[in-house]
Amino acid sequence: MATTNIKSKRIAEVMEKGCVACGSCMNVCPRDAITVPKGIIAVVDNDKCIGCGLCKKACPASVIEIKPRPEA
Amino acid sequence: MKKNKKKNWNDYIWIMSAVYMILGFVNIMFAWLGLICFLVPLGISLVKGKKSYCNHFCGRGQMFDVLGNKLKLSRQKDIPAFLRSNWFRYGFLTFFMIMFANMVFMTYLVFAGSGSLKEVVTLIWTIKMPWDWAYNGAASSPWIAQFAFGFYGMMLTSTVLGLVTMALYKPRSWCVYCPMGTMTQGICKIKDAA
Repeated sequence: MATTNIKSKRIAEVMEKGCVACGSCMNVCPRDAITVPKGIIAVVDNDKCIGCGLCKKACPASVIEIKPRPEA
Repeated sequence: MKKNKKKNWNDYIWIMSAVYMILGFVNIMFAWLGLICFLVPLGISLVKGKKSYCNHFCGRGQMFDVLGNKLKLSRQKDIPAFLRSNWFRYGFLTFFMIMFANMVFMTYLVFAGSGSLKEVVTLIWTIKMPWDWAYNGAASSPWIAQFAFGFYGMMLTSTVLGLVTMALYKPRSWCVYCPMGTMTQGICKIKDAA
């Protein structure tokens, strides 16, 4: 899946500072687009994220922003 | 929460956390089971360098999730910035570890015979609540009971703090300043840098 077929114009972004790696975002993500690979910070998979904002709502540390998807 | 994912066995660990808190009212010796919540996350972070415990197996986090999201007991507000700052998180971890060491020392005093078993559970490190009704004197040695009382006090305190921040802010606000979470994330950072 090199190029995405995601039409959403928005994407979730995890701010570098402040993520506690609790996994709340990962557990609510309907597309399995967020993981916490190294137990340090949550990572968004740009090819899967649809920018729905469920993770932003769930994040207890409020470190997720929904931003315009950068042009490919 | 729209989710098409199948529920796994580990989505129900919150029941164990709830039962654990209740069991402490029935027989204090069950408090020893709480060590699982200390040793498993530490083990996972030390061996695998991950926070899988927080992510998949933390019964407490799930319990706050159920209470805050399913039962809508949370205001769903952003947590104040100072609560998620590093100095508060690591400060709280330090404070928690000092209180933990203090509790272990109390246990040692009872073990060594220079202190007597106190059948109290201390809430928020200050309020001493009589808890003798949950102990039938069955421990083979008083220090075993002393540790149970001390440990349950810590678990109850952190649950109460977690419930307060669950209600005031996001359901899993406790996770932001959870000492175990901070510690395991710290271990993961060190492992990643090494």
